[in-house]
Amino acid sequence: MTGFTGHVGFAGYIQLVYVLVAVLFVVGLHLMNSPATARRGNQVAMVGMIIAVAATFVLLIHAGTVTTTGWIVLIAGALIGSGVGLYAAQRVQMTAMPQLVSAFNAVGGGAAALVAIYGYYDAESRGSVLGTTSVFSVLDVLIGSVTFSGSIIAAGKLQGFIPSQPFIFRGSRLINMALAVIALGTGAFLFSTASLPAMLVLVLAALAFGVMMVLPIGGADMPVVISLLNAFTGTAVAMAGFVIGNWALIVAGALVGASGSILTKLMADAMNRSLANIIIGGFGTGDSAVAIGGPVDAQVRSIAADDAAIQLAYAQKVIIVPGYGLAAAQAQHGVAELAKVLEDHGVEVSYAIHPVAGRMPGHMNVLLAEANVPYPQLVEMEQINPEFARTDVALVIGANDVTNPAARRPGNEISGMPILDVDQAKSIIVVKRSMGHGYAGLDNELYYGPKTSMYFSDAKKAMTELTAAVKTLVG
Amino acid sequence: MSAALLTDLTIFILALLVGIEVIGKVPATLHTPLMSATNAIHGIVLVGALLIGVTAHTTVGYILGFVAAVFAGANVVGGYVVTGRMLKMFRKKAPQPSQPELESLNGHKGLKGLADRVGIGRGQS
Repeated sequence: MTGFTGHVGFAGYIQLVYVLVAVLFVVGLHLMNSPATARRGNQVAMVGMIIAVAATFVLLIHAGTVTTTGWIVLIAGALIGSGVGLYAAQRVQMTAMPQLVSAFNAVGGGAAALVAIYGYYDAESRGSVLGTTSVFSVLDVLIGSVTFSGSIIAAGKLQGFIPSQPFIFRGSRLINMALAVIALGTGAFLFSTASLPAMLVLVLAALAFGVMMVLPIGGADMPVVISLLNAFTGTAVAMAGFVIGNWALIVAGALVGASGSILTKLMADAMNRSLANIIIGGFGTGDSAVAIGGPVDAQVRSIAADDAAIQLAYAQKVIIVPGYGLAAAQAQHGVAELAKVLEDHGVEVSYAIHPVAGRMPGHMNVLLAEANVPYPQLVEMEQINPEFARTDVALVIGANDVTNPAARRPGNEISGMPILDVDQAKSIIVVKRSMGHGYAGLDNELYYGPKTSMYFSDAKKAMTELTAAVKTLVG
Repeated sequence: MSAALLTDLTIFILALLVGIEVIGKVPATLHTPLMSATNAIHGIVLVGALLIGVTAHTTVGYILGFVAAVFAGANVVGGYVVTGRMLKMFRKKAPQPSQPELESLNGHKGLKGLADRVGIGRGQS
């Protein structure tokens, strides 16, 4: 229908415009390689999108086959959707970004699936002989539907509508396998025989599979899941591009697919877990998360606000180690204020950011940026690890497993996981609500170390107390 | 395999390679905005949704087109707006305007802080 198949007619010129759009997307993403140019990158990509939509309207008008109802339906739909998207984007709190990204993955994947479903339905309703179904239609519907339902479940877990604990029941893996077999079997059947009912079975099986795929995955694995679903969405959009023969969709989908795949790999590496292990589940689900080898009878030292303030105020160099607990307590502004008071007093403050801190890749950076922390202070793991030995106080706020020295030893749940070398600092203050375990269900040996003091409090309250104490101290 | 499909596949694979090359250079600091920006970019599926209109002429067709347009519209607009919002927060230096706010919170120069914020009395020392 959008046919650029051999001869360069009007649609061919529009296709050229789509190539320009693809160039703008690539340039836009390229500008994202530095915080200084990233805003311009987003704007360049946005210009590309506006050109793409405008070219599509030109194509629609030129085709002259769009019915009045068709125009109303499409424009009303696009406007309503835009309104919802705008509202959500302006209202969302930065702690809730992972949910929003998941929601956008859901609608993107859903729309991509609908493009192929419509193409299928349209061909049948016109009575045209379908012959065989293209592999791209099947893949588009399959991946798009899995992304749609999976992302909704992921967003629900992140928002707390659905318990974030891994949800596994007896036989759930069997159901997963059955659904996968049905979906793939139907897909294979569709290659040889075109059939609308079979297509519907494929859609339903894929939707159910998406739900069952994400339900067993725990909250702390969300950075991986979101990245993976992001890659899926991109792939589904690229497949939709094959279905309608549109280069803009193919290129944009490939770019997003590449980006999502890279982030998925980075996140899985940072958790020292294979993708298969995360998807199949079993980590922290009760059947394998037995706390092993922790120094159970060891004592921890707790510290009062005044003593902690003295350590912080008279330090030369402080590294703050934020984790998901900080985001959950909405303590990012409190941390930033404490850091500012310390800096005004001449203390060198930086932040150590573990790749999986937060609920999506880079989440902690956005939260701290929101609290006006300048980005040069946010230091990645590889760069900051050598700094800990020269650090007077490491202030750990709501981070657990990523600071556990047990990761350096073989034979436990987190062996081999890259960690922040917090234990190398001269003194360590850990802000934590209780001695509860981290996600891996392991005791954190850092807490029992001779240089470590525990400050038992909610992160937000702790920051207020510490800031007040430091201010009293330094006048 | 048709010539058109061959072209499409070539474009897809080259775009994948370009994507891996370009995105591999994005620092971890920007991973959330990156994901959000790519979110907006896959909103290009709006083009696919709109093209449904070329042939849609039945109720089912209109409904499918409408839902696809709502989904894709939300995706593209929401994605760009929230990415822009996030990137605006990334600063190299701590912003100055927070100074009078802190002072007024301390209780000192409260009125001056307020005056600074509303822009009265600028220029007086």
